[in-house]
Parts: sequence; C-alpha cells; structure tokens
Amino acid sequence: MTGDDWQLIGFTLGMAALSTLLLLPIGLALAWLLARRQWRGKSLVETLVSLPLVMPPVATGLILLKLLGRRGPVGGFLHDTLGWDIAFTWRGVVVALGVMSLPLLVRSARVAFEEVPSRLEQIAGTLGAGPWRVFFTVSLPLAGRGVLAGTVLAFARALGEFGATIMLAGNIPGQTSTLSLAIYQSVQLGEDSRAYWLLGVSAIIAFAALWTSEWLLHRQRP
Amino acid sequence: MSLVLENLRIRQGEFSLELSATLGAHVTGIFGPSGAGKTTLLDMIAGLHRPAMGSIRLGDCVLTDCAARSFVPAHRRRIGYVPQDLALFPHLSVRGNLLFGHRGVEPSDARFSLEAVTELLEIRPMIDRSITALSGGEKQRVALARALLAAPVLLLLDEPLASLDARLKQRILPFLRRIRDAYPLPILHVSHDPAEIRALCDEVLVLDAGRVVRQGAPDSEQGGAAEDVHSSSRSN
Repeated sequence: MTGDDWQLIGFTLGMAALSTLLLLPIGLALAWLLARRQWRGKSLVETLVSLPLVMPPVATGLILLKLLGRRGPVGGFLHDTLGWDIAFTWRGVVVALGVMSLPLLVRSARVAFEEVPSRLEQIAGTLGAGPWRVFFTVSLPLAGRGVLAGTVLAFARALGEFGATIMLAGNIPGQTSTLSLAIYQSVQLGEDSRAYWLLGVSAIIAFAALWTSEWLLHRQRP
Repeated sequence: MSLVLENLRIRQGEFSLELSATLGAHVTGIFGPSGAGKTTLLDMIAGLHRPAMGSIRLGDCVLTDCAARSFVPAHRRRIGYVPQDLALFPHLSVRGNLLFGHRGVEPSDARFSLEAVTELLEIRPMIDRSITALSGGEKQRVALARALLAAPVLLLLDEPLASLDARLKQRILPFLRRIRDAYPLPILHVSHDPAEIRALCDEVLVLDAGRVVRQGAPDSEQGGAAEDVHSSSRSN
C-alpha cells in the first residue's frame, strides 16, 4: 500500500464526512418540514429531493456541472463573488456526494420525525419551550435513532458515489480522485491487484457503515 | 382570575364547537360524553389549536382574539396542561421531565419549587427512575408535578383519572385534592364521571356535541345531567 493509497482513502473518508456534515442541517430541516408542516410546493420539493435516487447519477452530475461550472449561473456567481471554483475541485466532490446522499438522509429522518407523537411536542410547548427548544430537546432526541441511521446511510452512499462525482469533479489524482473513481481507473489501466485492494478497502468501510446503521436502527431504547 | 371564552368556534371535519362562557371558579369541571369537544376546548385554551372565530381571555390577558388576529403561542401562555395520555417524555428520567418546564422559571411562590411539588405529590423516591419504569398512578403524579413546576397561571387537566382502574383512582384523587387545596390557581378539570366532578369541582360546564348544555354548581342534579347527556348521546 503506497502513500498515494492512504491519501486516497483519507481523502474519500474526509470528503464523505464533510459532505454528510454539511448535509445534516439542510437534510434535517427538510425532513422536519416534510414531516410536520403543510406548505405550498411541498410535493415538488419532495420529488426534487428524491430525484437523485432514481435519475442516473451521471445525469445528476451533468445538471450539477451545468449549474456549478464556471460558466453556469451558480458557479459563475460563486467564482465572481467569492473566488470559489466548484467544478473539478474538492468542493465539487463535496457537492456531488452531498446531492447524491441527501435523499437517503431526508427519507430516513422524515419517517423518524413522523413517528414522534406530536402531542409530546405540543405539551413541551405548554411547558414554556419555544419551537427550537422543542426540536432539540424532544423531536430530535426521539427521532435520534432514525436520524443517525439516515446519517450513516448518507455517509455510506457518499463513500461509493461515482457518476455525479466524475461529471462534476473529474478524476484528478491527488485532487478529486475518490476510492470508487480510483478503482475504475485501476481497472482501465490493467492494475488489477490495486483495483482489488481498493475494492477490499471500500467493502470494509461500506460494511462498517451499514452495520452501524442497522445496529442503530434495531438497538433497544434504554 | 376569570377565563372568558367568547363566541369560540372551531370546525374539525364533521364536528363543530361553538360556545361562550365565563369561568371564574377555583376548580371548574368540564363535563360531557366522548366527542362533546372537551379536549378540543382545552387545546384551544392552551394555544394548541386556533379557533376559527372568537376570543379567549385570562384575566386581563388576551390569549386569542381572532378578530384582532391576536394569538399568544402555547409556550408564552403559562398554561399547564396534563393531557389524557400524559405525554411524558420517554427519553428523559422523572427528574428530566420535572425540570423540563421548571428551567428558567423563577417561582415567586415557593409552592412551585421542586422540593414543594415533589413533596406534595410524593415523587421524591422515584425522581431518578426512568419514565418507562413507573406505574400508571406514578406517571399520573409525575405529569401533574411537571405541569405545576412550570409555575402556570391556569391548570388544564384532561380526564386525569380516566385511564386508571378504580383502586388507582382512589389513590390519585387525594393528590388532586392536595393540588386544589395547595394552589390558588384556577383549574379546569375535564371528566365524564359525575362523581369525580362532584368530588373536586366548584362549578361545572356541561358540554354536548360542541355546545354548552348547562353551567352551574356540580350539585346532585349533576348526576342527572350527566346521565341525560350520556343517554342523549347514546340515543343519537
């Protein structure tokens, strides 16, 4: 195992962790709004959030590239105002991983929030707790297992992401290359032993993440 | 301090509630059969449901006024509410439940202190236990204590004895009497048991199908009124 391989594993884990971390506030807010509130455009947002689950990842990546490329409406704005380039940088990797794993977090957290009896939240209000305190002290702890499981699933999905990442961030060794991109590249170059080694590492990480998710879901409440 | 309900109206599917009443007694019983609108009324007073029309005033404070588009949210009303299912937080210990509404409250009255309330309702021996490890009667006392510890200006009790068997009812009844005697705050006590109303309440508001049927003393007629309401609802 070379230093490059360690860098690759560290980069992949770091990008997946960062995307999951950035995703959490957005995903939890969306999940709670979908579970607890009726609002105009709800079904549209619901569909948009789930879209990456059913669309080819490469197609999602292409949409992201058109939006976030330097000539795209969002990418151009970010480049001009903050000097940030998204496409073909590590930021692009984070965005691609985040968009692709968002549905898993939102779907899991939404179900978890729906299962919290709304009477508990209402009575917490009568005890003087405002909406934020109710969320952080009642809703989130009671939905905790589902939210945690969804977070781990989103992280695992981010670890294995391929199509959207290669479209938006490319496969630049040492800069945007992740485990799955490196496996693909190794096979293309005929480096079978490296491909199998990286495959083994991916499988171990994915197994650990999924096992944690299952354990969290089925753990008995204290 | 009187609670004034003026032209309150709310519609929930087929059910509609329309009532006006001024409740000024220390303990007012809200009496009526299932589906009479008792819990809906408490929810509106607590700020959990917005009426379509009307106003709710507690003393000088306007809690809800639909015409003026004024609505004080539940967390600013200081109205204690013990719902029928108790709604204790299962992820918190007894102490966690008790302190939930007590944090940040500076009780000017020592009767709302943790020591006084846990003493009154005999909760101290169970304070570090998990909520899930309590019996039905113990849970009932913890829910009552939790509501009192938020130092409310009005206490709403929704069928506090309904889910208990006869033996447990007899055990909890004295605790309700203790609360009534120890605290000067107005209490609305929802029940469909005339004996319970007579035992605890100074006045009764009888509801049926979302309308006020009678308001007055919970005298011996109450039993008759109760039976009338029951029989009319059965015959409908």
